[in-house]
Amino acid sequence: MAEERKKSRIDDVARSIYDVKDAVEYAYKTESGLTEEIVREISAQKEEPDWMLEKRLAALRLYQQMDIAPWMPDISELDMTHIDTYVRPKTDMKARWEDLPENIRDTFDRLGIPEAEKKSLAGVGAQYDSEVVYHNVQEEMEKQGVIYVDFETAVKQYPELVKPYFGRLIAPNYHKFAALHYAVWSGGSFVYVPKGVDVKMPLQSYFRLNAPGAGQFEHTLIIVEEGANCHFIEGCSAPRYNVANLHAGAVELFVKKGATLRYSTIENWSKNMYNLNTKRALVEEDGHMIWVSGSFGSHTSCLYPDTVLKGDRSTCDFTGITFAGKGQFLDTGSKVECWGRDTHVSIHSKSISKGGGAAIYRGVVHIGPKAAGAKGAISCESLMLDNESRSDTIPDIIIENDNIDLGHEAKIGRIPDEDIYYLMSRGLSEEEAKAMLVRGFAEPISKALPLEYAVEMNRLIDLEFEGSIG
Amino acid sequence: MNELLRIENLHVSAGGRELLHGVDLTVRTGEAHVIMGVNGAGKSTLLHAVMGNPAYTVTEGRIYFNGEDITDLSVDKRARLGIFLSFQSPISVAGISVENFIRTAKTAVSGQQQRLFPFKRLLKTRMEALDMDPSYASRYLNEGFSGGERKKNEILQMRVLDPKLAMLDETDSGLDVDAVRTVAKNISEFHNEGNALLLITHLNQLIRYIRPDHVHILIGGRIVKEGGPELADEVEANGFDAYRNAAGEA
Repeated sequence: MAEERKKSRIDDVARSIYDVKDAVEYAYKTESGLTEEIVREISAQKEEPDWMLEKRLAALRLYQQMDIAPWMPDISELDMTHIDTYVRPKTDMKARWEDLPENIRDTFDRLGIPEAEKKSLAGVGAQYDSEVVYHNVQEEMEKQGVIYVDFETAVKQYPELVKPYFGRLIAPNYHKFAALHYAVWSGGSFVYVPKGVDVKMPLQSYFRLNAPGAGQFEHTLIIVEEGANCHFIEGCSAPRYNVANLHAGAVELFVKKGATLRYSTIENWSKNMYNLNTKRALVEEDGHMIWVSGSFGSHTSCLYPDTVLKGDRSTCDFTGITFAGKGQFLDTGSKVECWGRDTHVSIHSKSISKGGGAAIYRGVVHIGPKAAGAKGAISCESLMLDNESRSDTIPDIIIENDNIDLGHEAKIGRIPDEDIYYLMSRGLSEEEAKAMLVRGFAEPISKALPLEYAVEMNRLIDLEFEGSIG
Repeated sequence: MNELLRIENLHVSAGGRELLHGVDLTVRTGEAHVIMGVNGAGKSTLLHAVMGNPAYTVTEGRIYFNGEDITDLSVDKRARLGIFLSFQSPISVAGISVENFIRTAKTAVSGQQQRLFPFKRLLKTRMEALDMDPSYASRYLNEGFSGGERKKNEILQMRVLDPKLAMLDETDSGLDVDAVRTVAKNISEFHNEGNALLLITHLNQLIRYIRPDHVHILIGGRIVKEGGPELADEVEANGFDAYRNAAGEA
């Protein structure tokens, strides 16, 4: 009976479709480990301008000198000499879906990209291994002057836009993995929204890793000019492997005067992934930065999107959820630096830990000496589903101006037995009852996501509970 | 009429204290039973023990439903057999809408996927019968609901899930006069030859609507008196004093 029901459920998307591992012939694959020769090869392969190669080599030297930050979670199992830093699928950039090699098309079919296309979503940039193989920008967006291309194309075609911004928000010396990123970056998205343009449809990007030991170092750069408006969705899902995998991408976001950028992420890396991603936004006066972040996958994550509220009356709104299951150590949070006057900060973080998983909220709100009139509210809610799981809240608040108003609240709790009993008295199994209560807990996040992502997130929660009891 | 629920010599403990000291009760299909008694007599304990609340432990005796021994069955399995409990203090769940919750529950107890639009129509009909604002369907389960609204929501669930045995724990308390009438009307519409009711109530108003076949008086964890509807009238007139003495309590 239960089996039949599963088959007919509309939101029943099996996890296995995200775990598809295709046999791919690699056109090019670097030696394991990282040397100057490899970095030069990467750059040559991409036919990059010299300025980019120089940046790569400078970053490599930094990477070799820098130490790992002492507060970071244990990543000693991550052996960099066994990470292939660059794996390129045997396909060049294609403008048309029909022209893609069949096995790659098949994988994307299973990830639902053609459906997204059919729904005439604004554009799909799908990353297969380290190279963007499929990219499409709708005509009307081009008419508006919106640029949405893969990062290699941006470097070659729009150097006047890329060069002044690239590495400006996240400097290579930000931390060791940022240095690594700049040495070996590959793939990613570039978005430019001209002044006053409202991009109605969300821009979506799928990232995917598909090679044992392959690292992923995509660079995302988004510039939203004055008064413009844009929503970017980053969705990640990756197949499972036994070899340790590293994700060290960088996301640089520039929100100009009066502009709004919403950046949504649903992250579902396979459970062996080290997700050491860096994201930073710079917001000018009257600009709005909105983050929606769901972290479900990976073995270890360090993810703290950083927002610099440089302009007066600029705002940052962060909504995040982290779900740490068995064997996962997810250290996530948010950092906001208030520099301008009358800024506004809202941080709403939720975490769930179960099966011995650890969900850590690590956050910083730094109100600078000139940031008079700053207002903000930080709330952290954690749900621990059993006694072996772990949840920590490490909220750092630095205040250098007296004229501010900042509130912080943190709650750590469990699902009350009487809630589970009530739901079970209506026929739900213990797993279903817990999954439903957790979905309810996560609802503020799913509400902020487009429908198909909300469905996927709820599905991820359900999967965490299937067969977990008894 | 079939024997639907049979409780034999039931002893129930919670928190190291025995609350029921050997209760026997049989409910047949088509019947309506009312349990009366003073506060703390063990009335709610009895209903929760039948539902299978893990906070209560059955230390002795058995519970049978449709001839099957359900004493050790989990709560959800009992619900799927057709047992329903309207809670005295229903919990609230943020983030889950009333409609989503009841649809999931209906799928679970019926074993059949509930198609969206037919289900919406069913829910709407049942809500109208209860004078519930249709907007409640999309509100979070019991979040910000008054006591009376929560009770109506319990009866709404009973009507949609359509159980074989509906146990109602003081569903009429916290309701205004009009709401009692509406709820009572819904309960009596629900009740037919194919199901049974087991109610805890202090109000004769409800009893008049339901016309129970049997009234049981539970005092000190024991059923001390059983009778027909006339027993409810007698309690209303004279209180429980006579039965308290019979139970050996001061």
